[in-house]
Amino acid sequence: MPLTGNVILDLVLWTVIKFAAFVLVFVMGTATVLTWLERKYSAVIQNRIGPNRANLGSLRLGGLLHMLADPIKMLTKEDFSPDTANPWMFRLAPLVAFVPAMVVFAVIPFGPGEHMMIANTELGILFIFAIASLNVYGSVMGAWASNNKWSLMGGLRISAQMVSYEVAIGLTLCGVFMIYGSTDLQEIVVAQGTTLGGVVPAWGIFTQPVAFVLYLTCAIAENKRAPFDVAEAESELTAGYWTEYSAMGFAVLALAEFVEIVLIGCVGATLFLGGWQIPGVHGSTPGLMAVQVAAFLLKTLFVIWLQLTIRWTLPRFRYDQVMRLGWRILLPAALVNLLVTGVALLWVDRN
Amino acid sequence: MLHAQMGYLSLAVIVAAVTVMGSAILVLNRLIGPRRSSPVKQATFECGSDPIGSAHQRFSVKFYLVAIFFIVFDIESVFMYPWAGLFRELLVEPGFGVVTVVEMFVFVGILAAGLAYVWRRGALDWE
Repeated sequence: MPLTGNVILDLVLWTVIKFAAFVLVFVMGTATVLTWLERKYSAVIQNRIGPNRANLGSLRLGGLLHMLADPIKMLTKEDFSPDTANPWMFRLAPLVAFVPAMVVFAVIPFGPGEHMMIANTELGILFIFAIASLNVYGSVMGAWASNNKWSLMGGLRISAQMVSYEVAIGLTLCGVFMIYGSTDLQEIVVAQGTTLGGVVPAWGIFTQPVAFVLYLTCAIAENKRAPFDVAEAESELTAGYWTEYSAMGFAVLALAEFVEIVLIGCVGATLFLGGWQIPGVHGSTPGLMAVQVAAFLLKTLFVIWLQLTIRWTLPRFRYDQVMRLGWRILLPAALVNLLVTGVALLWVDRN
Repeated sequence: MLHAQMGYLSLAVIVAAVTVMGSAILVLNRLIGPRRSSPVKQATFECGSDPIGSAHQRFSVKFYLVAIFFIVFDIESVFMYPWAGLFRELLVEPGFGVVTVVEMFVFVGILAAGLAYVWRRGALDWE
């Protein structure tokens, strides 16, 4: 197919439609609801009432309106930066954290077929690794540019913590690539459509259970959330790397974190929960495809719920414990997982 | 059939859209938000007292070490991706099966040896 003007126009149009439906509606919508859900869910866990003040007249909806009130409030507050801060880096940092987190969704297959992802580039998981890890620049830039000692310490902690868990997560996912014979996300999802022995669906969580636990641990650590939130540990560092941020600068940094929760959900659902596959359902009618997209979104929400539950039920690690866990437990565990997978596959494929 | 280059065009559109969105809300905040400054407010936060010196200071060499380990180990793990994707195809290739697995053991062994070395030298100790 030659790249004529019409083809390009068509492509751009479809890209924008898919971007609006998947990223703007689903991802941003979920991230916005998460800002409320995180507070409400933590309140339920801790036996509190939680947010319930925002209202329209007598309409309160259990505090749901907080997710509308917060952006309005942040938008009308002073966009403050300290005199001694580096103004350009300080303002650029939220954008540098936000853009990579959003762009990565372009390669997530949310439905069957080559058209059910925003950008079909054959890069797959490599693109996610390459771009998602750029996120660390945003936090570290913001921390350094703030010229605040708390921020600096938070930024240093993030930089070391995120790169440490990057290594473990990369080696962990190698086991998944070995089993499904590809690094292309759509191919991995298609390969998960079979069953193991005719009973259990061949999802990553059943073929690579250890990898799933390692993935979730590393991913939460990379997103610097509790129990790994040493970068912003309130009891030690005030607010860590975003101490000096207020108004929309803070909101965009926080939104990047919530978007990444959704990203961890999407990648987890794709690699370990069969993506859009529904066990025992095969075919390609438009109605069925819609159900499969819904299945993918539901699985994503499940992984998000797992993250929230972990977030609010585990206490924070000390920083040395975080680093020890990454290098001395998770990294060797990922290597052992690779070796076991290799030997098991040799045994299975030989028989 | 979609060309890979068309995929990259989509990516470019997305990057542009997200950048514009992010910048727009930040600029909008700058236009809408109030602007009242005072010397105390413009100082960096240091628990209420005047900031002492700059925060751009030297810090523990440990963090550099971790960055260097990251480069070494991450590049080694990137080398494993193409091999991991082809693993099962190679397994059933005549004359490749066991060799493929042994090769992996050697490569992972080198990685593990590197890890054991930095571990023994105490580079992974924090305190």
